[in-house]
Amino acid sequence: MTYIAKPKVAHPGLPRNKLGLTSRDYEGTVSTLCAGCGHDSVTTAIIQAVFELNIEPHNLAKMSGIGCSSKTPAYFVSQSHGFNAVHGRMPSVTTGANAANRDLTYIGVSGDGDSLSIGLGQFVHAIRRNLNMCYIIENNGVYGLTKGQFSASADIGSKPKKGMANQQEPIDSVSTALSLGATYIARSFSGDKEQLVPLIQGALLHDGFALVDVISPCVTFNDHEGSTKSYAHTRQFYHQVVDMDYVPPAEELKVAYDDGEAMPVELHDGSKIVLRKMDKRYDPTSRASSFKYLRDHFNRGEITTGLLYLDESRKEMHDLMGNVDTPLARLPLESLHPGADELRKILKRYR
Amino acid sequence: MNPTDTSNPDYFHKVVDCQWACPAHTDVPEYIRLIAQGRFSDAYIENRQSNVFPGILGRVCDRPCEPACRRSRVEDKPVAICRLKRVAADHRDDITHRLPRPPAKKNGKKVALIGAGCASLTVANDLCPLGYDVTIFEALDTTGGLMRTNIPRFRLPPAVLDEEISYIVDMGVDLKFEHRIESLKKLLDSKEFDAVFVGTGAPRGKNLEIPGRYDNDRIYIGIDWLESVAFEHIDTIGEQVLIIGVGNTAMDCCRTSLRLGAKTVKVMARKPRGFFKASDWELDDAEEEDVEIVVNHSPKEFVLENGKLTGMKFDIMEYKFDDNGGIDRGTAVDEVIIPCDDVILAIGQDNAFPWIERDIGIEFNEWDCPVVNKQTMMCSRDGVFFGGDSAFGPLNIIWAVAHGHEAAISIHKYCHDEDIYDRLPAGINLSSQKMGMHEWSYSNDYDPAARRLMPHVDLKERFKKLDIEVELGFTVEQTIQEVERCLNCDIQTVFAADLCIECDACIDICPVNCLTITVNGEEDELRGRLSAPAENRDQALYVSGDLPQTGRVMVKDEDLCVHCSLCAERCPTGAWDMQKSTVLLSYAADEAEDAKAAKITAA
Repeated sequence: MTYIAKPKVAHPGLPRNKLGLTSRDYEGTVSTLCAGCGHDSVTTAIIQAVFELNIEPHNLAKMSGIGCSSKTPAYFVSQSHGFNAVHGRMPSVTTGANAANRDLTYIGVSGDGDSLSIGLGQFVHAIRRNLNMCYIIENNGVYGLTKGQFSASADIGSKPKKGMANQQEPIDSVSTALSLGATYIARSFSGDKEQLVPLIQGALLHDGFALVDVISPCVTFNDHEGSTKSYAHTRQFYHQVVDMDYVPPAEELKVAYDDGEAMPVELHDGSKIVLRKMDKRYDPTSRASSFKYLRDHFNRGEITTGLLYLDESRKEMHDLMGNVDTPLARLPLESLHPGADELRKILKRYR
Repeated sequence: MNPTDTSNPDYFHKVVDCQWACPAHTDVPEYIRLIAQGRFSDAYIENRQSNVFPGILGRVCDRPCEPACRRSRVEDKPVAICRLKRVAADHRDDITHRLPRPPAKKNGKKVALIGAGCASLTVANDLCPLGYDVTIFEALDTTGGLMRTNIPRFRLPPAVLDEEISYIVDMGVDLKFEHRIESLKKLLDSKEFDAVFVGTGAPRGKNLEIPGRYDNDRIYIGIDWLESVAFEHIDTIGEQVLIIGVGNTAMDCCRTSLRLGAKTVKVMARKPRGFFKASDWELDDAEEEDVEIVVNHSPKEFVLENGKLTGMKFDIMEYKFDDNGGIDRGTAVDEVIIPCDDVILAIGQDNAFPWIERDIGIEFNEWDCPVVNKQTMMCSRDGVFFGGDSAFGPLNIIWAVAHGHEAAISIHKYCHDEDIYDRLPAGINLSSQKMGMHEWSYSNDYDPAARRLMPHVDLKERFKKLDIEVELGFTVEQTIQEVERCLNCDIQTVFAADLCIECDACIDICPVNCLTITVNGEEDELRGRLSAPAENRDQALYVSGDLPQTGRVMVKDEDLCVHCSLCAERCPTGAWDMQKSTVLLSYAADEAEDAKAAKITAA
């Protein structure tokens, strides 16, 4: 960690977004994580994504639980809303927040411990509800905050710094989400911002639950030889299948894509995401074939990355429940609370 | 691009913009840190090592370091380097015991220096400690040359000059005052000296040959007029004064006029603002004193009534700007007569060598200046060296000092029958500044303070006498703030590609977006696709070898790095380190040491 704050001085030529802000305006306090932690790169990718999407900081809500990953919302977009929840409880707190104010953009940052152990029940139910949020798992295979014990995402055979290799079957967040019917599922790597930033942008704009599982190496406890979540291992077995470009609303598709390799998908705000297939055999719209492909490549030891599954047809939580468009938090009291007389009338209907 | 060759000492030297820009390569960041620690005497000695006259230059240096200062690219204004130099000089203790001393035994070599200005004095400074018998021939009856005759006392007090010159002269220099050398041939033929150095400056002020020039006695040549004022031959001037030209001499002339009783002083410029030769700060100081700078006026003729100067006629000019911001020669659109009592011409200086015979083996070029080798400072006749303005035309004091150092090396080698081209190479030392987990040996935190302003003597007070120094020097508080503005550019970011795991930590933390890990490419194309486009072509890209994991390269754009150490601080493997670079410069004494060591080795 460092305690020297990043100085306010900035490159004079820094670009500004439509709000007149630079990416520096989307920063938070200086990171207290270990130097070289993958999470800090994910933080930078979030900053870049939010900056490029012209999101007003006060319209963003950062949600997290407990763990190294869950500390990171302090390190980006200081002027936004935030809630640092109990361990593993970020999904239900976010559900509550989203239920009250559906207009905010929700970004949850969690880790493999927070989401796949103590919070696994919360994680799967948020997917079931199709809660409209970007859910980032900073996945490093260890509990960094408690000095490097294996987490539920550790691969069989992965060696710890000291002691025996892991023997238990890992929980893979991506296949879990796929089996549960999540509508936007991506995997990326903290060391590949070119891929990661558009994936986060797509996740932020997607209407429904968007999972971005990011291999984010623990530089202190899980970056040695024999680890399957190290920088070197991830790079060696990196397998990109579907890359994605984000195209802002009202902007023409500039790049020409070969037929069959590119799939433009229009989002609700008029922007587009263009899926670029790196492997023609992969179909990111088919749950069954995606599942098989992912398992096959997993068994080969490969780390399949990119936008792995997308379904724009399913309704998100509010629409499933038929809620009004106005956030409940902004409805006047009389609409939310019709009064004792009205309540009596309603109850009467069920007598 | 190929990996940057940091073994070339020039690479890291260029990153220290101020030191690279200084002709004498003064180690600016080092002396600023010494000032920050309150070590004023050490800062003074550090300065003196390279620039010989810290007290003088701390007031009147042309400061090539400041426009080069990285701080002026990161924000607006450069560090007040020159003013800090003066702080070191003002607050030093007695340092006489730390000055170089002549040896008890002379080396038997005699050297003649012509002119007692900054160039000759630097040569004397370097050669006396080696045992040379140094004689300076000076036409006037005092030392300092242009520094004394042309720079007004309200900018450079004589006491400061006297003290710093005495440090050199007291090493046993034989000063021959009122001894103008009328014939170089005679001096050389006397064979009294083993080498001769010419440091006679550019003593002839340019004239303006327009009608009326010689019809009265109220038109003066700027540098001659300043000299007359300095020696108190002139102590009054008329109420309305026009200064022709807008260089630094013009600034000294207009401000001096105000102190001799002029009521309105106008500086007449032929070109528009932005095309003046004067330094910005000298213009500011003159305008603060209510001098009017009149642009686009080209002198046409002097207006006389009954033999008395009453005014001057000017063409009013219009210029066309080209795409590069330059201007054409201009066209006269109107004319105007501006009344005046006196006119001072300050339109430049020329070299003049009527005392050097053209048949003694000294080659002259088309501008009637001697042909001088830029490295050795020797002319086409062996054993005759030039420096200062007399070498390549008017420059400034710090250049004269730089020439003096080089000439001293050449003279030493020449007198010892060594090859004057076989000089010690420049070197550089690098040493890590890491003191602990998060501790660096220098003040690495970026301080956003703005440049401090030099306090001046009150506008009414300063005109009472000619020798009231206008600039008061920085206060303690100002000094404390100004030193923190220095970005410590000599603390280099040094990268070891083999240690890098490409975690991006340095890239993410860099406040000024100067780092990128990317696929290598040609420079032009690479500059366009970095974290922030590297548009300043004067600043190098620091390119690593192939990184172990992906074969990409680390690229650092040196342009805006604030040397905050955060890249090294966030690096988990120590691939980045902050290392202090010390440029190793050689002086005549080092050449002498080197020769001695070589002799011992050979024996």
